[in-house]
Amino acid sequence: MSNQRKRLNGEREEDDEEDAEGIGEWERAYVDDRSWEALQEDESGLLRPIDNSAIYHAQYRRRLRILSAAAAGTRIQKGLIRYLYIVIDFSRAAAETDFRPSRMAIMAKHVEAFIREFFDQNPLSQIGLVSIKNGVAHTLTDLGGSPESHIQALMGKLEALGDSSLQNALELVHEHLNQVPSYGHREVLILYSALCTCDPGDIMETIQKCKKSKLRCSVIGLSAEMFICKHLCQETGGLYSVAVDEVHLKDLLLEHAPPPPAIAEFAVANLIKMGFPQRAAEGSMAICSCHKDVKIGAGYTCPRCKARVCELPTECTICGLTLVSSPHLARSYHHLFPIAPFDEVPTLSSLNDSRRKLGKCCFGCQQSLLGAGNKQGACVTCRNCKHYFCLDCDIYIHESLHNCPGCESIRRPKSVSLMEE
Amino acid sequence: MASVASKLYSDDVSLLVLLLDTNPFFWSTTSIKFSQFLSHVLAFLNAVLGLNQLNQVVVIATGYSSCDYIYDSSLTPNGNFESSGSGMPALFGSLLEKLEDFAAKDEELSKEEEHEDRIASSLLSGSLSMALCYIQRVFRSGHLHPQPRILCLQGSPDGPEQYVAVMNSIFSAQRLMVPIDSCYIGTQNSAFLQQASYITGGVHHTPKQLDGLFQYLTTIFATDLHSRGFVQLPKPVGVDFRASCFCHKKTIDMGYICSVCLSIFCEHHKKCSTCGSVFGQSKLDDVSSVSNKKRKAPDT
Ligand SMILES: [Zn+2]
Ligand SMILES: [Zn+2]
Ligand SMILES: [Zn+2]
Ligand SMILES: [Zn+2]
Ligand SMILES: [Zn+2]
Ligand SMILES: [Zn+2]
Ligand SMILES: [Zn+2]
Repeated sequence: MSNQRKRLNGEREEDDEEDAEGIGEWERAYVDDRSWEALQEDESGLLRPIDNSAIYHAQYRRRLRILSAAAAGTRIQKGLIRYLYIVIDFSRAAAETDFRPSRMAIMAKHVEAFIREFFDQNPLSQIGLVSIKNGVAHTLTDLGGSPESHIQALMGKLEALGDSSLQNALELVHEHLNQVPSYGHREVLILYSALCTCDPGDIMETIQKCKKSKLRCSVIGLSAEMFICKHLCQETGGLYSVAVDEVHLKDLLLEHAPPPPAIAEFAVANLIKMGFPQRAAEGSMAICSCHKDVKIGAGYTCPRCKARVCELPTECTICGLTLVSSPHLARSYHHLFPIAPFDEVPTLSSLNDSRRKLGKCCFGCQQSLLGAGNKQGACVTCRNCKHYFCLDCDIYIHESLHNCPGCESIRRPKSVSLMEE
Repeated sequence: MASVASKLYSDDVSLLVLLLDTNPFFWSTTSIKFSQFLSHVLAFLNAVLGLNQLNQVVVIATGYSSCDYIYDSSLTPNGNFESSGSGMPALFGSLLEKLEDFAAKDEELSKEEEHEDRIASSLLSGSLSMALCYIQRVFRSGHLHPQPRILCLQGSPDGPEQYVAVMNSIFSAQRLMVPIDSCYIGTQNSAFLQQASYITGGVHHTPKQLDGLFQYLTTIFATDLHSRGFVQLPKPVGVDFRASCFCHKKTIDMGYICSVCLSIFCEHHKKCSTCGSVFGQSKLDDVSSVSNKKRKAPDT
């Protein structure tokens, strides 16, 4: 193993500028996986896979603690309705190949992934795309809620030309974002590959204008840190970062997918009237109000005026009611009602008896908790329902399910009063 | 997620997790007796186990004040069909015993509280959550496992107070690619079950005649996921997307939404009870003023 690593390093030095990844595909599988690190020797000298479950669980507990500590102080308040413009710098610097195959291709690829993730995490939010080319900013797509149309426009014409202009981009985005409703969070995310900006006027003025309109501007650089970008982010409350490689770029981008903590002054809270239309039967026929056409197949019916529309979210063309799909909203509710972390149960003897009384199986999955073999029945318990859970269920419950099966299996009218407080 | 990749294996072997509605308040109002209903269900379970010797069945009781596992075919030794003396196949012996215990305990618990006039809901969110934990464990067990699916045999009306929990379960099932089938035998329709089946790609059906329940179950819900590609299953006759308001737990098709946290309310409030935001007193009662502004912007 050490031989192999040394050789890899040697190879890297030889052609480092040329290509940092100068290793064969078959080798990379081993380098990336580091499969040998997942092995350990047992008493008899045989190789065994390491039992990672305890480590995974410890890591998960740490994540959970950080999250719940952050949530404890403040009531959960997140800007869930976001209007985000993604500005992509397609000036000639984007053609550079320090990212493989080119900065341009890598930016497009990860912005695509970001757009999908964004709409998953931010129902009701909208994205628009702007590109910078030849010193001019172009609107690729207007604000909208459909990932496909953005991705199509983005992939349409990939080319890198001319200079970059931060000011032109900001002016354009500012003009667009000034029209969005006041309850929305206005954000700009700039992917900047150039090391300079060729502006027609005073960019400082533009930055102040953005600040006044409460645009939160963030920049991800692809080459090196620039003062003007840093200044822009500081002034408008955004994040500034520079990606060192592809993986880093991806992480930096995805950091912007979850809703940012809402800063009260940034958006006015409001109650918005909305309707949850029913989906019509498959194969039913109706005249939709959006295309004024006869459509066969599923559509949605406005609950107020009973007009038929083809897609959600939309605004009813007849009565103006905002129509959304309620499951779309519900996707974010686990942010609002997180379940408290489970308490770790001290293992072994002293508690063994009481646990035996309460049941020796995980309440969720029925796995035995008096685990024969390795870990002597490590388990956790829910503070509210006092049921015991195995470590795997603990992780699943907090990271994917977001319900405590024990608490959900008890009838309690108290949940209603809890909400009305 | 590893569990998704591993689903390529053995795609006609099923793990059926059946959620059985045992709510006594519902069963006291039906035309068909619970025991009759149960005989249809047991015959159906036998049919599923008989279709493939690797098939597995787990039954979870959805009660009024509790939920519990009452049967797991992987725990009973082979020879399910042999008689255990009482004249009942061994399979049902243990199931009925557990079910009886469960019903007694559930009744005990529900006595402790006074209940309203309308038929109370059963704890669907609890049994769904348990089923998903069980399925998650099956996914953890390695690459070779049966294809899991959930079948809700539900008659009780939706409990709007379970809205968030039920939706959370539905989304988790969707991420795990576990379909939730639902057979609704109650009188109203169930928005929960319609949404669950629609979102997870399961089948939703409301049998017209309960005395033929066994036929409905075997022709629709016995189909394994592999065969579903070739079989004509009932198409949804519309999906009820109504939500529950957070303030009164009412089912609504129109409401007010907090722009900060997306909480749903049935009426105008000054302050959001979920996130504490104080709402601006602009005339945004109706969205029309916003929509005018928005219309100036290019079409969305
Ligand atoms: Zn249309
Ligand atoms: Zn309408
Ligand atoms: Zn468990
Ligand atoms: Zn609990
Ligand atoms: Zn209220
Ligand atoms: Zn209400
Ligand atoms: Zn709120």
